[in-house]
Amino acid sequence: MMLETAVFYAAAVIAVFGAIMMVLQRNPVASVLYLILSLVAQAVLYVQLAAMFVGALLIIIYAGAILVLFLFVIMLLNLRGEKIEQEKSPIPTATKLILSLLFFVELVMIFRQFSTTPTSEYITDAGWQFGDVVPVAELLFTKYLYPFELTSILLLVAIVGAVIMAKREKGEDEGEM
Amino acid sequence: MIPVTHYLILSALLFSVGVAGVISSRNLIVMFMSIELMLNAANLSIIAFSRYLNIMDGHVIVFLVLTVAAAEAAVGLAIIIAIFRNRATINADRFNLFKR
Repeated sequence: MMLETAVFYAAAVIAVFGAIMMVLQRNPVASVLYLILSLVAQAVLYVQLAAMFVGALLIIIYAGAILVLFLFVIMLLNLRGEKIEQEKSPIPTATKLILSLLFFVELVMIFRQFSTTPTSEYITDAGWQFGDVVPVAELLFTKYLYPFELTSILLLVAIVGAVIMAKREKGEDEGEM
Repeated sequence: MIPVTHYLILSALLFSVGVAGVISSRNLIVMFMSIELMLNAANLSIIAFSRYLNIMDGHVIVFLVLTVAAAEAAVGLAIIIAIFRNRATINADRFNLFKR
């Protein structure tokens, strides 16, 4: 019981720390690395919530694929030398912080309506079934078959869109690369 | 046992950090990563609720959201590459064509 609470708070603090540092970093490569730290902490929380499969997916897909894509683009564009944050913004920083703080307070006000104590269905030991690959896959291929098939179309559209978007126009500095 | 409210508040905190990142950052890549962080914060609350209610449909929903995030990252980064090729910067304040 104590260990569970300790793991939760440690992972929560690391997740929030990584998120804040991601926003504050000037160097985009460091930003990506802090986001990976935050995501790994969130994956720990997923595992604690008995979502083994999704937690593994979070690390494999997010940290392994999406954020590596980010790193790849940052290094492709060679952005490390660019000094963006030096310029003045028309909106003061305090306004932005207060806006997001207000947003957080609003969310917390909404969430406080839920009961703070777990209901009787909230079983501590979910057993080996809950959140494993087999039951999730069963749901995915029976109840949610059509959404699952639709994701393949979505990915196809995304691939085509990405290729079209990133393609060089004809006649546009072709001899460079 | 950790109450579900704790997870929801953590999720709200992560989401607000994402909102702050989108509002305050001028680096397009950091803004984009903040959007990914907001998606993940929503995922965390979905997972917490599916554990709390003991139904696994939330895991499938999170799986679908991960797919959407992957597609979004591919298209968004392609857009960023196209913008950078045309304007040679990723400072979001420079992209004000609609204002003119």
